Parts: sequence; C-alpha cells; structure tokens
Amino acid sequence: MLTYLLFSPFIGILLLFFINKEKLSLIKWIGVGTSLISFVISLALYFQFDAANTQMQFVQQVQWISALDISYYVGVDGLSILLIVLTTFLTPIALIGSWDSITVRLKEYVMFMLLLEVGMLGVFLSVDLFLFYVFWEAMLIPMYFIIGIWGGKEKIYAATKFFIYTMAGSLLMLIAILWLGYYASTLPDGMFTTNLQKLYAIAPSIPMNIQLWLFLAFALSFAIKVPLFPLHTWLPDAHVQAPTAGSVILAGVLLKMGTYGLLRFCLPLFPDASLQCASYISTLAVIGIVYGALVAMVQTDIKKLVAYSSVSHLGFVVLGIFSMTEEGIQGGIIQMINHGLSTGALFLLVGMIYDRRHTREISAYGGIAKQVPLFATFFLIVTFSSIGLPGLNGFVGEFLILFGSFQSRILGNYIYAIIAASGVIFAAVYMLWMYQRVFFGKLTNPENQSLTDLTKREIGVLIPLIIFIVWLGVYPKPFLNLSAETTKQLVKKIEQVKSGNVTLGQ
Amino acid sequence: MEFFSKADLIGTLPLLVVFGCSLLLLLLDALFKDAKKLVFSVGIIGMLTAIGCSLYTFPLSATAFSDMVLVGGYASFFNILFLTIGIIVFLLSYSYLEKQHYHLKEFYTLIVISISGMMLMASSADLIIIFLGIEIMSVCFYVLAGYKRIKVEGNEAALKYFLLGAFATGFLLYGIALIYGTMGTTNLIRISQNFDAFSHPLYLAGWGLLLIGFSFKIAAVPFHMWAPDVYEGSLTTVTALMSTGGKAAAFSSFILAFSIPLSMHNEKLMMVIAILSAASMLIGNVFGLAQKNIKRMLAYSSIAHAGYMLVGLASGTKLGMDGIIFYLISYSLTNLGAFGIISIFEKENGGNLSYEDYAGLGSRKPILAALLSLCMFSLVGIPPFAGFIGKYYLFASAVQSNLTWLAIIGVMTSLVSTYYYLRIVVYMYFRESQQSELIFVPSLALASVVLVSIGIFIFGIFPSLILNVIQNLL
Repeated sequence: MLTYLLFSPFIGILLLFFINKEKLSLIKWIGVGTSLISFVISLALYFQFDAANTQMQFVQQVQWISALDISYYVGVDGLSILLIVLTTFLTPIALIGSWDSITVRLKEYVMFMLLLEVGMLGVFLSVDLFLFYVFWEAMLIPMYFIIGIWGGKEKIYAATKFFIYTMAGSLLMLIAILWLGYYASTLPDGMFTTNLQKLYAIAPSIPMNIQLWLFLAFALSFAIKVPLFPLHTWLPDAHVQAPTAGSVILAGVLLKMGTYGLLRFCLPLFPDASLQCASYISTLAVIGIVYGALVAMVQTDIKKLVAYSSVSHLGFVVLGIFSMTEEGIQGGIIQMINHGLSTGALFLLVGMIYDRRHTREISAYGGIAKQVPLFATFFLIVTFSSIGLPGLNGFVGEFLILFGSFQSRILGNYIYAIIAASGVIFAAVYMLWMYQRVFFGKLTNPENQSLTDLTKREIGVLIPLIIFIVWLGVYPKPFLNLSAETTKQLVKKIEQVKSGNVTLGQ
Repeated sequence: MEFFSKADLIGTLPLLVVFGCSLLLLLLDALFKDAKKLVFSVGIIGMLTAIGCSLYTFPLSATAFSDMVLVGGYASFFNILFLTIGIIVFLLSYSYLEKQHYHLKEFYTLIVISISGMMLMASSADLIIIFLGIEIMSVCFYVLAGYKRIKVEGNEAALKYFLLGAFATGFLLYGIALIYGTMGTTNLIRISQNFDAFSHPLYLAGWGLLLIGFSFKIAAVPFHMWAPDVYEGSLTTVTALMSTGGKAAAFSSFILAFSIPLSMHNEKLMMVIAILSAASMLIGNVFGLAQKNIKRMLAYSSIAHAGYMLVGLASGTKLGMDGIIFYLISYSLTNLGAFGIISIFEKENGGNLSYEDYAGLGSRKPILAALLSLCMFSLVGIPPFAGFIGKYYLFASAVQSNLTWLAIIGVMTSLVSTYYYLRIVVYMYFRESQQSELIFVPSLALASVVLVSIGIFIFGIFPSLILNVIQNLL
C-alpha cells in the first residue's frame, strides 16, 4: 500500500510524457488528478492506521543492495502519518493554486511537482537510512528546477543557494550514515547496515564522544533544512524567488522534513548526545523565534515577511522537540501540521494578490478590504491562525510547546518558555501590522481600485485549508491521538537513557 | 617444447579477436580507397564479437601463456567495459568527424588498437604485460590527441601528452626494472604477495616509481598537468575515449598491482595513496570552479574523480575495490554521455564549448539538455543516479579503514563540485538563448547517448544488477 502511495504520482508523470505540451488544461487536470489519487490513498492509510500501535505499520521490505544490507524498507508510524497526509493534501492545493500563474513550460512544471511529491513522501516513509538519504537528496532536483525556471528575478542565485546549502548539510549526514553502518559491522555478529530498526537498537550504545559527532552531523543537516538560526539565510531567498506553488510546498512540507528528521533520527539514535545538546539547540531555537519575528516585523515585502515568520514558527517546533516532554513533542508535531496549513495558505493568498497586481510591496496596498472583502476575510482568518489565536490551529501547537518546554526537566529552566512566549506577541505585532497596512485605511493607490475579488477556483483552494485550520483549533484530539503513543514511547526511551546516565555518573 | 596450449588460445579469445580485427582494419584501409563505412562497420562487428567472446570466457578463472595473462572473471569483465566504450565512441564519432572534417578511416583503426591495449592492461598477470598494454594504448592516444593536425591546440595536446607520457612510462619501466632486480621475477602475484617481506630500498623505490607511472595515467595530482590541455585540444570523442577507457584501463591494472599490498594494511602505502587522493579531489574540484570551457571543466572533473576512486584504493578493503569498479562503470557511462552530448553541440572548428553557448538549450533541445543534466547530477553524486552509489561505496570503504577524514574531504569537495556542474544546468534551463541556429542531431549519436543515460539510471536504481557480478571478481 505504501508503495502504491509512494509511486502513485509517477502515473501522472508517465502520462505526461505522451501528451502534447500545447494541451494546457489536460496537463493541469492530469497533475491535479494524480495528486488527488495519492491523497485518496493516503486517506485510506489514515483511516486504517492504528494509533495504539507504536511499531511501524504497513511495512514493506525488499532487499536492495544486499552487500551493504540496504533495503527498500518503508513504513508509517505516529510521527509520520500526519505529515504524509499533509504532503498529499498540499500538493493538489498547490497545483490548483497556481492554475493560471504558470504560463511557460507547464508540462515540465507539473512533472516536477509530481516528482517532488514522490521525493517528499519517500522521505517520510523510509525506514532505511540509505533509502531516506536517496529521497532526501533526489528531492532537491525538482525543487531546484521549480525555483530556477519559474522563479522571480533572482531565481538563479536563490536556486543555487538553496541547492548548495542543503547539499552541504546532507553530505556530512552521509558520512554519519556510513559511520553508523560501519559501527554496526564492528559489533559481534554485526554487519554493515542502514536498516533503521536495527540501528535504533545499536546506536544508543555508541560511546559518547563519537555519538556527539554523529549527532552533530545529522543535526546540522536537519537544522539547515528547518532552518534553525543561524543557518536560515537560504530560506528568505528561496521563498521569495520561488513561484507560489513552490513556496507552498517549501514552507508546507520541505521545512518539516528537517524537524521530522530531528524527531525520527536524532533523538532515538543518539539520545545521550541529544540530552547533552538539548539546551544549546533550544537556545538557538529561541533565538530563532525572536529573531525571525523581529526581522519579519521590518519587512516591506509580504512574501518575505511570511518567510521570516516561518523561521520563527519552526523555532517553536524545534523547541518543542528538544524539550523532550510528551506535550512538547506532540505540540511540535501538531505545530508542523499547523504551520504547513497556515503558512501554505498565506503563501497562496500572497500569490493570488501578486497575480493581480504583480507586486508584493506592503506600501503598494492599503485600504483594499473594501475592494476585495472575501480576500480580506480569508486573509484575516489565516493571519489569526498564524498568530495562534485560541480556537484556531496555531494556538494548540504553540500552547503545547510552551507548556512542554516550561515543565521540561531536561531544559530545566523556565527562561526558554518565557522568551519563546514573547515570540507569540511579536507574531501578533508583525502579522496584524502588516494586515492593517494592506487592508485598512484609505485606498490611496489608484491601481488598487481595479482589484478583483477571489474567483471560485481560488475560494475552492482556500476552503479546505480553512476547514482544517478551524478543525485543528477546536477539536485537535483525533490528530493528537495519532502521535500520542509513539511520542510516549520515545519520551520513555529518553527518560531511561537519562536515568541510566545518572546512575553511571554516581 | 610447446609455447602455448589450446586453453591459452581459448582463454585469450577476446584479445585475439580484437588484435585480429585491428589488423583486418589496417588491411581494409590499405586495400580500399574510400572505405570509411566499411572500416566503421567491421570495427563494430569485431568489437561485438569480442564482447561475445568475453562473455564466453567470463566463467573461466585462470592464467594463460605461462602465468602472463589473466583469463576470465576480472579480465573479461573489464574487456566488456572497454569494448562497450569503444562501440559508443565509434557511434559518436561517425557524424562528429564528418562535421569537423577530420573523417579519416585510420581513426577507427587507432581506436580498436588502443582498446586492445586497454584489454591487455586489465588482463595482466605480469609487470611486462602491464607495460605492453600501457604502451599500445598510449601510442594510439598520442596519435589520436594530435588528430586536429592543422590546429595549434591539436599539436600542443599531442606533444604535451607524448613528452609527459613518455616520461611517465619511463618511470614505470624503471620501477619494473628495480623490482625485477630485487625480486628476480616480474610475476605480479608473486611480487605483491611478498610485498611486506622485502624492505630493500631499491625495491621500495621500484614500487614508488610504479605508483608515479600509474598516477600519471589516471591523472592524479600532482601528475595531472597534462589532462586539461590534452582534453581540450583533442577531438571531443577522443577525449571521451581517453577519459573513460584510458582511465578505466589504468585503474584496472593499478588495482591488479596494488590491491594485494594495500590489503595488508601497510600504513605508509595507504597514507601515500590517501594523500594523492585528497590532493586530486581538492585541486581537481577547486580548479574546476574557474573554468570557462566545458571540456576543460570536465578535465578537472576527471582529475577529481581519479581522486574519488583512489579513496577506494587507499582503503585497501574489498569494499573499496568493488567501489572503484562500480565507480569506473558509472563514471565511464556518465562521461561518455556528457562528452557525447558536447560533441553533438560542438560546432565546426571547435566552437560552442563555453558555458554561454549552452544558454537556453533546455527549450531548444529538451531531450539532450535533460540527458546532459542527468549526467551532471550523476557526476555530483546525487541519487538516484549511478554516481551516487559509486561514491557511497567508496566513502563507506574509507570509513571502514579508519580514513574518515578522507571521506570528509571527499564529501566537502563534492560540494564544491556541485557549483560548477550545476552551472551547465543553470545555463541550459535558467537562461535564455542568444543563438537561434539549428542544431543537427545525428541519430547514431543520439541513440548512444540515450543508451548510456538509461544505463546511468538503471545502475543508480538497481545497482545490485552489477554489484553482484563485481563482488565475485577479485
């Protein structure tokens, strides 16, 4: 089943090979249709998923390269199920959202988007480090082209920077993966392996000094992807230059791969090192929260503002994860989904207005609420969700994360939560201030008088996002339940390591 | 006394077929006046026959002619690689030579002879045979490098290659002489198995000279100076042959000579090769950044890739040797693809070779541009292409032999290389073209380029297909 899900976008890619590139609407429908098929499969997965089971589910394992014990090994657990659904949910939305804005080389565009979907699903599904790395890297190629071909003015710079930054992190991770495999082969009866399940059992016993290096290699790669302050500089460039759908996917899913990686690999593989580094990484996360918010405040470009707000929001996720409490990690997972929904929606909205006016400067707008009431309403809901207003999704995640980090014994200090909480206030400042400058006041710019409100297609794209934004805010329990057991397991494991440490120390 | 038996002849059948084929081509050349097509097709048929013979001898594992030549297994495997490279170079060359006005039939004969040299190198069980193979191959290369005989670059390439190459061969021969002088034999297996037993300074000097000779042939730093000029000055399809077949052949005998001494974990030898490897990766990739001509860029890239392969050699493990062989295959396919596409784009008189000339190719020639991007991604080492699996194997072997620092240099320099490989992609897709001339795409060349690209893809996704064969070679 997972294999069908993973490779379902290929149906569209294969079909597209045989279709004349002039048939624009057919191409779009194939893209949307294929991504909807994947979505339906992932929904089936979602409903069959057993939340009480902490093991990998729906596993499939096929030997790939036997000499190095590499296998095609896929599975789903509580950490990944929501992210998989998010991926398949956002892809059709992004495709429909960019229905009219992509005018050149449409066929290649749709193909790259579907290819990207395969890569993202692969990252979340892999239970083999080699397989994971393959998808992790392979996914760079379609994103690179999406930014580079359909991007804005500085697209070449942004695409190259994105590519090289991400490569830099992942290559060190490759060495760490190799080292793990080699370590497995030095144990009695051991052999070189990249099988994650086997490594989960082996890796925590790696001596601390080496474990620290391995942890850092993995963490660096993920921190670049997240991006954690101070490795975030590629993000604004890539976001601003990417086409709307690219930004939606980039913010909605790609960034989550970093936090997912921390959760899936760093914590369980290197618990000792994670414990030791938790306070440092949390410090960086908190700096990121405040820094991202402050920089967002002074942006004049709406898209850049949203991009910096991502740095801030993802800081929360990292803080939640490294609080290593159930609440914090659960909040982190739910916040990943929230951020995917609300920032995805924000980028879509910015894209919609950009399609009309071809500018994203805040100063070019003002007082357009009367002109485009529907647009303003949607924008307001999403803004509130991004700020974390109770009743909408953002609140749930941020609250859990703050709660988790407040009571975390591993961080052992209230200061993280207190400073992070100020990020919520800053978020309200920059988002509302931006909203005010764009929508309220007098309509001063005559060009804005001819603005048209949302079309049916655009409303259709936004409605599903809004539904989930409200649903998650009002009744998050079914979503939280999915990851509850797996999180408990993970926290328990870390607690054990921690208490083990204490006895060793005494 | 019999000098050879029937088994010797059967075992070396592929070699004999290629030798015979080259003689036949020489004859055809002399007998018929306008026999380009004939020479071309007879050459291809000859090489295909030799591939068939290699498949036939593959299960054998022996030596022939009184322990001089290896038969079957390793040798047959490499023979198939060289012959495939030869056929692809043939296919690429036909229309390319026509376009460049250098279409002479000796070209094909020279290629076939050079391939027989490569095959000899991969089958050598004796230092003398290594020397013979290298000489046969190199002499052909010297001539081929100077094929643009009315151009300054052509002459420069040939002369530079010849003078430096002759020096390197001299070193190699001197090394062989010193080893023979101290050991009393030129038999490779006997020499390498007793590597640790001898510590006579002359003996060690012999090995050192041998190492220099090989390093020159694979273009490892600091013996790499010839590569950029020769690669740039030769015809593009000749460059394709030198950078794939030439390098693969040199590595095949390099492995034969050095894998046993290295597997004894001789720290000093390991260190020397590790340093050569690190220097090649660093210098190749950093200099690659500064190039404006694509052929020159690929020359520096080939230096860097020699460094990557040396990582596997330095590790001295079986994993490393398997890695090199896999890497040689993936690298050969990739470079054949890249040079093949470059030869299609190249204008008469060697125009159209700078990055700017590739602007906008993504929309002008979508298939070729896609294939060239695929080659570039494979050279960077991005999954799911063959280049990645090769690098994974090599770096894994380094980590296994406590050479993690070498693996880190490897990945860091790969990162540097990303920039210049991607530059081609950037120009092809992200920039608009200034040219509007039609590019003629010959079908033979297109077919061969598509073929190697499929190979890169298949070996990237299903590496076990070939890895399982490689594992049983050494």
